[in-house]
Amino acid sequence: MLIEVKNIKKSYPLDGLKLNILKGISLEIGAGEFVAIMGPSGSGKSTLMNILGCLDQPTSGTYYLDGIDVNKLDADGLADIRNRKIGFVFQGFNLLSRTTALENVELPMVYAGIPAAERREKAVKALQKVGLKERMYHQPNQLSGGQQQRVAIARAIVNEAPIIFADEPTGNLDSKMSLEIMDLFTRLNKDLGRTIILVTHEEDIARFADRVIKIVDGEIHSDEKVIK
Amino acid sequence: MIDIQTITNIALRAVKANKMRSVLTSLGIIIGVSAVIIMLAIGHGAQISLQNEMKSMGSNLIIVRSGVTTSSGARGGHGSQPSMKASDGDAIQNRIAKIRYAAPILEETAQIVYGNANWSTGITGTDNRNFIIKDWDLAYGRFFSEADIKNANKVAILGQTVVNELFGDVDPLGKTIRIKGIPFQVIGVMVKRGQTGMGMDQDDTVFIPITTAQKKVMGIKFPDQVKFILLQAVDAASTYTSQDEITSLLRQRHNLGVNKDNDFVIMNLTQMMEMMEESTKIMTILLGSIASISLLVGGIGIMNIMLVSVTERTREIGIRMAIGAKTWDIRWQFLMESLVLSLLGGIAGILIGLLGVELINHFSSFTAKVNLFYIMLPFSFSGMVGLIFGFFPAYKASKLNPINALRYE
Ligand SMILES: Nc1ncnc2c1ncn2[C@@H]1O[C@H](COP(=O)(O)OP(=O)(O)O)[C@@H](O)[C@H]1O
Ligand SMILES: [Mg+2]
Repeated sequence: MLIEVKNIKKSYPLDGLKLNILKGISLEIGAGEFVAIMGPSGSGKSTLMNILGCLDQPTSGTYYLDGIDVNKLDADGLADIRNRKIGFVFQGFNLLSRTTALENVELPMVYAGIPAAERREKAVKALQKVGLKERMYHQPNQLSGGQQQRVAIARAIVNEAPIIFADEPTGNLDSKMSLEIMDLFTRLNKDLGRTIILVTHEEDIARFADRVIKIVDGEIHSDEKVIK
Repeated sequence: MIDIQTITNIALRAVKANKMRSVLTSLGIIIGVSAVIIMLAIGHGAQISLQNEMKSMGSNLIIVRSGVTTSSGARGGHGSQPSMKASDGDAIQNRIAKIRYAAPILEETAQIVYGNANWSTGITGTDNRNFIIKDWDLAYGRFFSEADIKNANKVAILGQTVVNELFGDVDPLGKTIRIKGIPFQVIGVMVKRGQTGMGMDQDDTVFIPITTAQKKVMGIKFPDQVKFILLQAVDAASTYTSQDEITSLLRQRHNLGVNKDNDFVIMNLTQMMEMMEESTKIMTILLGSIASISLLVGGIGIMNIMLVSVTERTREIGIRMAIGAKTWDIRWQFLMESLVLSLLGGIAGILIGLLGVELINHFSSFTAKVNLFYIMLPFSFSGMVGLIFGFFPAYKASKLNPINALRYE
């Protein structure tokens, strides 16, 4: 299994008490799956996603990613995993401002120590895949929301990371742009075999996935294949 | 690990994005570096002047002049009681092995006239040993002969400035000049020496035989009187070790009883120069250190702005971390930015410092001299300041939690 999580809990201290956000989550996700995580706002979707994405660590429980015990890694070890195995797509795009699309897409390879010429070549190819080659010298403020999100997707796939985590990737987009982005995710999953884990609270968006995991109040409520 | 070129580009871009702020941030470093360069140049200039002074004076020199040294060591007024004779110098040279030469000196400022031209200059009565001690050669003509000294001949050797002022293009050899109305024949002209380190024109001078000065030109109170005797020791150490011998020889020659104070003063010029050199060195270090305090203040300014920069760019740091930046990737990014700020400030500081040195040389009486070391010293210091004061902000940035950083508004 690509992702193996057992009894993960996450709590924050609050006024001397413990605020339990995740109350024991266990799940497995295999390579090549397209999973949507759904649930009401505040149910702990992003918290789970950040733990799965190695941005955060659980209070207890075990997490094996591609056979690696993530709990044993330090900050630099986690950074290395994020760099090599994970691509992020955020609701707010999170591109570097005053930086061209091309340079934004090159960023993961900068930290992977890939030489400049190779970086450029791969970044151009990734932008081509998301249909933004003509805009590669544009800066984020010169691009529409949908275009910015496509740059972010190019950045997530450029390092050939096997997993893409997307937290409400269409949350800031209108429905037409949302469909374009979801088409792109579907192609990445079906054509390139990337594992995609998507957080959303919209049924229409979740329908693009093959499997839907519902979280309610920090616990898995249901975990079902999508019948299309 | 991020590569140097990328990190430099990121730093340059950040500095360029806030041009005005970057300039203001670097201001402390600019002022610091230019101040250090100017201060070191002034100190270094003083040192070089002093060294030139030493060179032009001659080496291993001792001066013995009239004057009272009380038993407590305090000196009486300058030349208060004339006591030194030319023969004292001869005795010292002959009897004390550590002393190689003793030149008698009697000097006075006087008007000299040639034809319609007249000029006021220093007249020095001495003999050829003066030229040997100072390692000063003739341009043309001849030195004093034995007969000149013995017979107190009215002959003169001129410095170049005097030649220029009195003769212009005319060949002075064999011509007659008047010193205080007395006719002298010009027998030689000295090689041009230029200014001393202290700005005195060494060529504005006339030499006449010591005996002529004593008997015919300058008023003296007793026969064979001189103003002082210039001694040259065989080496620098002997300028110290010969002093007791000189003292006892002169006390004996001047018939000073046990209870009487010395009626002469021995001045070790080597020692004086060494002391002055030491003090200019200390002055240089002191000036440089004071100026480098402003560099430290500049460093604090950089730290301040870097902390602001880290806060402003918290989200950027979060993005970079999410994408795989490690602790030192983030640290180097901000260290490089503060290094770029401080080094750009350093370069501007060098330019302004050099300009300041030029201005000082033009408009003040100081001689400021730069050398490569005294430029690179504050420049590398500014780089160090950038790294040291940039470290805390860089450390802070690298310790951010990626999630909190990403959520930062
Ligand atoms: N750093 C934190 N400290 C305290 N509470 C937090 C923190 N991060 C998230 N929470 C809380 O955890 C809960 C779940 O948040 P989140 O995972 O973002 O929910 P969502 O399902 O909407 O993505 C929320 O109630 C939120 O307030
Ligand atoms: Mg959320």
